[in-house]
Amino acid sequence: MDPTFQHLYDILANQQGYIFPNEIELQWGILIVIYPFITGLVAGAFILASLERVFNVKILKATYQLALLTALAFLIVAPMPLISHLSQPQRAYEIMITPHSSSAMAIFGFVYLWYLMVVLLLEIWFDYRHSFVVWSNEKKGVMKWVYRILTLGISDISPRVLKWDKKLGYIITIIGIPSAFILHGYVGFIFGSIKANPWWSTPLMPIIFLFSAMVSGIALVMLVYMVISYIRKQNIDINVLNTIGRYLFFVLLLDFTLEGLDQIQRIYEAEESFQILKLLVSGKLYLTLFVSQGLVGTLIPMITLVFLQFTKHKFKFQKAIYFIICILVLIGVYSMRWNVVIGGQLFSKSFAGFTGFKLNLIGLDGTLMAIFWMVIPFAILAFLLWLLPPWKMVKEGE
Amino acid sequence: MGNEKLKSTRRKFIKSAAALAGTSLGLSLLNASGLLIHAAEPEDKDLPWYGIGIDIEKCIGCGNCARACKMENDVPKEPFFFRTWVEQYTVKNNGEVDISSPDGGIEGFEQKIPDSDIFKSYFVPKMCNHCYKSPCTQVCPVGATYVSPEGVVLIDEKYCIGCRYCVQACPYGCRFIHPVKNVANKCTFCYHRLKKGLAPACMENCPTGARIYGNLRDKDSELVKFLKEHITQVLRPNLNTGSKLYYNELSSEVR
Amino acid sequence: MKFYIPPQITRLALAFAVFIALFLVVRHQIKPKSFGKYGHYRAESLVENASIDINYAGQTACFDCHEDIRDLKETDAHSGLHCEICHGPGEKHVNSADAADIIIPAGREFCGRCHSKNAGKSEDVIMQVDLKEHNVGKNCTECHNPHAPWEMKN
Repeated sequence: MDPTFQHLYDILANQQGYIFPNEIELQWGILIVIYPFITGLVAGAFILASLERVFNVKILKATYQLALLTALAFLIVAPMPLISHLSQPQRAYEIMITPHSSSAMAIFGFVYLWYLMVVLLLEIWFDYRHSFVVWSNEKKGVMKWVYRILTLGISDISPRVLKWDKKLGYIITIIGIPSAFILHGYVGFIFGSIKANPWWSTPLMPIIFLFSAMVSGIALVMLVYMVISYIRKQNIDINVLNTIGRYLFFVLLLDFTLEGLDQIQRIYEAEESFQILKLLVSGKLYLTLFVSQGLVGTLIPMITLVFLQFTKHKFKFQKAIYFIICILVLIGVYSMRWNVVIGGQLFSKSFAGFTGFKLNLIGLDGTLMAIFWMVIPFAILAFLLWLLPPWKMVKEGE
Repeated sequence: MGNEKLKSTRRKFIKSAAALAGTSLGLSLLNASGLLIHAAEPEDKDLPWYGIGIDIEKCIGCGNCARACKMENDVPKEPFFFRTWVEQYTVKNNGEVDISSPDGGIEGFEQKIPDSDIFKSYFVPKMCNHCYKSPCTQVCPVGATYVSPEGVVLIDEKYCIGCRYCVQACPYGCRFIHPVKNVANKCTFCYHRLKKGLAPACMENCPTGARIYGNLRDKDSELVKFLKEHITQVLRPNLNTGSKLYYNELSSEVR
Repeated sequence: MKFYIPPQITRLALAFAVFIALFLVVRHQIKPKSFGKYGHYRAESLVENASIDINYAGQTACFDCHEDIRDLKETDAHSGLHCEICHGPGEKHVNSADAADIIIPAGREFCGRCHSKNAGKSEDVIMQVDLKEHNVGKNCTECHNPHAPWEMKN
């Protein structure tokens, strides 16, 4: 027996019911779980930043640049899990050269480029340009040139030109909100449009993905704000935490409602696939769905957030609770991605059986690779915070 | 002052109305040109438009088809990769349905359930349905799988990036990733044989003539006669895949 | 009327124009030439798919050399069976005429793949025997001529 197939024989031995012979191995593994998680963080962080800009939520000013840079750090890494999961990664460029207009996946290349270049980079540039000009004058040596290049050669900081920075930045933010929706919504559509898979196929999928993305992005920004403030030995403003916490609660509530609606409809209609999905949810997916996503990731944070809003506590206690809530929420959203991607492949398209999922540690599609892609954005964020420090920016009126 | 405000609100309204109208017009054009939904129209009327007929009454579960396919098309011998396979359905007296496909049915089937428990039993060969509204073709992001002008769904092995979207999209479980070539793989209707005037390997090697193929446009073809003489069904008609694999005697238990 | 274009817009428009132009040029270079001829795929792939070597020759190829077997087979119950159903892919053997390049089946299990008793098989379609009871231990070919199975050898 060829040892390369040993893991498949193991899965075959543990297979339940009847599966189509080709379905023995899951096609999309942990890398495809973390990709929507990462783009979700991007979309969510960006939308939180947009709240400050478009709806003038002044309390969140402290987190504006932080949110944008977090979004950028994760966006840079976003295509990597996709490319590393391909069987032929060296052909990945084909998606840009001959994208198939009927394929949701083909949109990726262009939506990604659009969002990176037209939305995120431009918004950051418009916000930082004034500081780039000042920094390029202040610094010496290599850094002088780095900042000079970043100004794109426009060193004019007269009030008229600065006004245009603000105006154009505002327009980009307006464009950015639907762009963020598309960036992550299309991922939901990739799953939601597959009629062959009843666990995925629902028109609600893009919206569910989007709202859970917003939840994860908001939680991440709160987390980053707390950690960066701690590292920089700066005071954490409780009003910032409370405001973000309020947004987190409402989006969490909406997300919970939408996912609940999807399941209630499924249970009520009890279509052909209902039998096998019921077995899936009560069996292989029980822990990750009810415990990890539902209880730990949604219900406990929601109840705790309400608790914090309506009762008075010591500041240290509140900080600790918010910190824990963010972690729980992120675990919950990650579990949601797991449940969708892995859950959708555990049952056979014959609706008559289950296969198994074996998570590898090493290899291009392994856990270590996934952890790597999740850790790298933080390193990039650290670099970005060093290159573009929000706290050293030129304030208005200087 | 008031006039200016009225003008600007009017301007804003016209702008947004125009944007809305433009978007809806654009979207309708998009839809009309079939960019969103893939439907292969048989353009060249001189070429055959291939279909498949399987007579479940005649299938004896010998597995010759699956075996021949693997030998003709260099499919790995392991029991995880099949371009075609055979399933056995055994409906028991207590209503339970047992479905099995040991190694795809390649070595035939051994009866494990005693006769006394069996209500009825039959074999169902499965293969790519060569859908003309093929969902696998619709989702391929680069154009590495396509419906040929003859209605055969093929894979461009030199172009496939291995994203596995097509494998997810096929409702029949026909596709897999070739473990050596690392690209998508599936039944090609033995396109290389069709082009030489030979029958696909599975049909050539069926001892009872349970598997037939033919030109759906040719009224005298064996396949068209088969369609006329039998009540035929396709798998998962509710998914509207445009499947061209027609079964005779497809019982309701079949997945 | 003064038409003021802020420097950001001119600079960015230039940068994007250059980027898009570069992208289009590169795309033109690396897009496969035959792409799009019949549909959203490389038309050359049709030729590649059609040029794969065959392994099954089809029974008319067998008859060129084995006329006697053809005549025998026509007379009996296996007349509808193509040679390669039992003997496996024949293209190699057709070219080399070497007996080692084709399968000569043996053993009860081989015939049993078709003929073993199974509730899923219809007696109208195929004759079935229970391999656990029918002449256990003997090879089928000891009594049956595979090319004329009712021609008993004893």
